[in-house]
Amino acid sequence: MKREIPLILTAVVGLTFVIQFFVPHEPMGNLSNTLSKWYSIISAFAIWLGSLNLLKISIEKVSKRKKDWMFSAVTIASFFLILIIGLFFSGGRQYIEQGSGFDWLYRNMYSPLSATMFALLAFFVASAAYRAFRARNAQATVLLVAAFIIMAGRTPFGEWISNMLFLPEGWWLGNLTNVIMNYFNVAGQRAIMIGISLGVISTSLRIILGIERSHLGGE
Amino acid sequence: MQNFMQKLLNIDRRIIFVVIFFALSVPIFLNMSFPIVVTSEVQMLYDALEKLPRGSKVLVACDYDPGSEPELQPMAEAGLKYMIKRDFKFIIIGLWPQGPLQANRAFEDINESEDPFMVDNGDTLYFGADLIVVGSDTVRYGIDFINLGFQVGQELVIQRMGASIEAAFPNDRRFGRPYKEFPVMDGINKLSDFAFIFNLSAGYPGTTEWVQFAVDRFHVPVGAGNTAVQAPLVYPYLDAGQLSGLLGGMRGGAEFEKLVGHEARATLAMASQTIAHIFVMFFIIVGNVAFFVTRGKSKEGNA
Repeated sequence: MKREIPLILTAVVGLTFVIQFFVPHEPMGNLSNTLSKWYSIISAFAIWLGSLNLLKISIEKVSKRKKDWMFSAVTIASFFLILIIGLFFSGGRQYIEQGSGFDWLYRNMYSPLSATMFALLAFFVASAAYRAFRARNAQATVLLVAAFIIMAGRTPFGEWISNMLFLPEGWWLGNLTNVIMNYFNVAGQRAIMIGISLGVISTSLRIILGIERSHLGGE
Repeated sequence: MQNFMQKLLNIDRRIIFVVIFFALSVPIFLNMSFPIVVTSEVQMLYDALEKLPRGSKVLVACDYDPGSEPELQPMAEAGLKYMIKRDFKFIIIGLWPQGPLQANRAFEDINESEDPFMVDNGDTLYFGADLIVVGSDTVRYGIDFINLGFQVGQELVIQRMGASIEAAFPNDRRFGRPYKEFPVMDGINKLSDFAFIFNLSAGYPGTTEWVQFAVDRFHVPVGAGNTAVQAPLVYPYLDAGQLSGLLGGMRGGAEFEKLVGHEARATLAMASQTIAHIFVMFFIIVGNVAFFVTRGKSKEGNA
């Protein structure tokens, strides 16, 4: 029963969602809404589970003085700081309201730190482009040329250089960028999308029909 | 020459970092700007918004976090400013927890009022939270706009909204009151009651999910602003007409700012991006020249 009940639940819920997509009438519509609500509740619990798991691992790392334990200490301190301020120091307002302590932390700590992490990519991309972007063979050369056109064509520099080189308008880097994005990129993306979709459909069917059981643990 | 090229190949990456730092920061301090040419996908989004009658109800889905703020926040600010100018009623939600907070920040940035609050019929109204002043227009929370906050559940939230908005977002975010108490929600019961969805997305859940559920299933037009990394992934939807327009990355934001007449952060940042791209291209050329020169030498050595 330990395996059968989850398999039956998966099959019933999976089939309900498939059928309601094509038959949005009662009782499928209501059933699907109820199941969606359940999904939200389970997802909300999963957030808690994730947070508690992060906390457990971080506390363990600090208590055993494992490598880089200081970063885990910062994680724990930040976790409790934002939790306590959000829950108890909002001055009777909603915690995300402008001017609350949580909002102050979000604006002045979380937001700049998060943006900084993402901004570092610019530096690493530049360094990686210098070291790794080489025309070693035909494929790499095609990639390099396409990247060049898009990098130039996506900025006003593309128009300027096209003008300087007296290129006919259809060959301006901005227009070539549009051709690459609208034809080559779309063709490639469609192929990837169709491939992924077929994979998702076949895997989902295997799970719904109980053929694929790895998500239940064991073999 | 060979030695010089070898040294170039092994250049300290910190030198590249310093060059990129100056390439990004100097244009901002010099207030540089370049002419922006509007591309067809941005024009499509603008035209789709222009076709909506004044007072239309628009859903603004903010599905991003501060990591994507430099690219998406200017789009949010320009979009909200445009919607206020066009007298749209807009409802904000987020499938990312930080999304509705980012919308609050956009309100603060576009708000032109210098006063922190005003008293109206005995109520203290806070500028930025309850009132937004943009030029000669003033919009009020609950009457002209509302923030319903974040809801967990990814694409299933969209599906639930298709049947009932109340089921997905029972309360507003500012006061925690049932959303039906707010006049802005009059006539809005399900997703198909919206005239348009303006989605700002940095990943999953985002534009792909809005297209798959809101457009394909509930037939509500969606226009999107995406990060430059994500934009190529949604081009097939644009080509198929499932997406009403697309703002891709900083450039898309700058073009949109130009169209709505609010040239601000994205336009300014485009100068930095342009100079940085020029330097990256220069680095690639130098790297390849050095690579080919030293490769010839190493082949001779091997022979």
